[in-house]
Amino acid sequence: MATKRETPLLDELMTGPWPSFVKEIKLSADDGKDAASDLLGVLEKSYNERIGHWKHGGIVGVMGYGGGVIGRYNDLPEEFPAVAHFHTIRVNQPSGWFYTADVLRKICDIWDKHGSGITNMHGSTGDMVLLGCNTDALEPVFAELTEIGFDLGGSGSDMRTPSCCCGEARCEWACYDTMAACHDITMHFQDELHRPAFPYKWKFKFSGCSNDCVASIARSDCSVIGTWSDDIQVDDAAIKEYADGKQVDIAQDVVRLCPTGCISFDGSKLAIDNADCVRCMHCINVMPKALAPGKERGATILIGAKAPIIGGALLASVMVPFLPMEAPYDDLKELAEAIWDLWGEHGKNRERVGEFIQRIGLGNFLEQIGLEPTPEMVAHPRTNPYIFFELGEEDGEE
Amino acid sequence: MSANVDDVAGDMFDMVKEYHGKKNLKALDLSKAMIIKYGAEECDKKLCKLAIRQLIDSGKCTYSYVGGSYIVLPPDS
Ligand code: SF4
Ligand code: SF4
Repeated sequence: MATKRETPLLDELMTGPWPSFVKEIKLSADDGKDAASDLLGVLEKSYNERIGHWKHGGIVGVMGYGGGVIGRYNDLPEEFPAVAHFHTIRVNQPSGWFYTADVLRKICDIWDKHGSGITNMHGSTGDMVLLGCNTDALEPVFAELTEIGFDLGGSGSDMRTPSCCCGEARCEWACYDTMAACHDITMHFQDELHRPAFPYKWKFKFSGCSNDCVASIARSDCSVIGTWSDDIQVDDAAIKEYADGKQVDIAQDVVRLCPTGCISFDGSKLAIDNADCVRCMHCINVMPKALAPGKERGATILIGAKAPIIGGALLASVMVPFLPMEAPYDDLKELAEAIWDLWGEHGKNRERVGEFIQRIGLGNFLEQIGLEPTPEMVAHPRTNPYIFFELGEEDGEE
Repeated sequence: MSANVDDVAGDMFDMVKEYHGKKNLKALDLSKAMIIKYGAEECDKKLCKLAIRQLIDSGKCTYSYVGGSYIVLPPDS
């Protein structure tokens, strides 16, 4: 029976309207999990003292892999022996997070047997996160996970576990097969996933359209966002139904909110100037029965987003405005490898690729990876009057 | 000088031993040093990757995380 602990501060976290992690940990402690009980104890102590009691990192992992396990140790092992080691294991999730109940049960059984039984479904990168086990448990967990077809995800300075929206599996707006692309990239770059060799982490995220359900534009070093290169498909009869049925105020909710003002509506017919459409999905989201992405579909590749950890947050910038997304995705792979070569050579330790681009300048970056500058790479017109030109151009030379 | 995986892995191991306790080396540091030693013609990044894999899979070296991922000697060596 796990020690019953008094946790008045943690208990306050259970009083709000939302589900609380405290409640879940307490359930585990009530089930007799010593690690859950000691975890509550160390948390309550930290809240009281306002001091963290965790150290992380070091040499901990499974044989052959440099990622997938985050070493965590408690600095009060005598007081909280069941969480003296509390390593986190990241498990590569299936594309689109599709599971069967049976496989989830098997994963939970493995974790109940060897670890704390506490999970986080899912981490911000997308992995299943198994929270808390001893160093001795790592190899058995890994062996049993691989037995049921799972592998560890990434951590440290490697390619982190790629993730994707459910795409064509469930969503009519997917402009490419996100799950296939995510799976292919994961399998192709196994070495980069398991053997850290970059200056810092690199994330791929795949969204089927610019609704960007995996937040790739804000969270991934390489975001692959579905788009189309022809015209939005318009069903005039369905537009009329929306207008007649007064389900949508088309002038207010669609025309006025189009970010580039490229839609007009005369009361019955909608016209879109597709040359000015930036494929934001707004009009399609509002009138899904009448509008749909075009038929020539692919993806826009953006580079350089990150959440704030060391430096501030960055949004990604467009590198390739339109790329057809067909297996084996050679263009995407070649682009990633060209960037890794340059960033690997010149990036500083713990410098994300977005920060690297800011440091060396987008112009230099493009030149080095062999991409031609295009207007789509420019977020807004420049606000200073300086113009850079090559000396040769002044003399009329090429 | 021609290079094979065993030679490169051996040289990388010597380098990790030499720097042990003085400086943590990243996979890239090892690769760069080998490319300089053997020349890019004889030893490319692909060969370096294979050598690192051999080094880790053999248990002679392991990964550690100290703010970044490094290749180090195993704790019991
Ligand atoms: S990102 Fe687009 S395609 Fe993917 S699930 Fe969301 S709406 Fe659908
Ligand atoms: S997708 Fe966005 S930019 Fe294009 S027409 Fe619709 S609202 Fe306007």
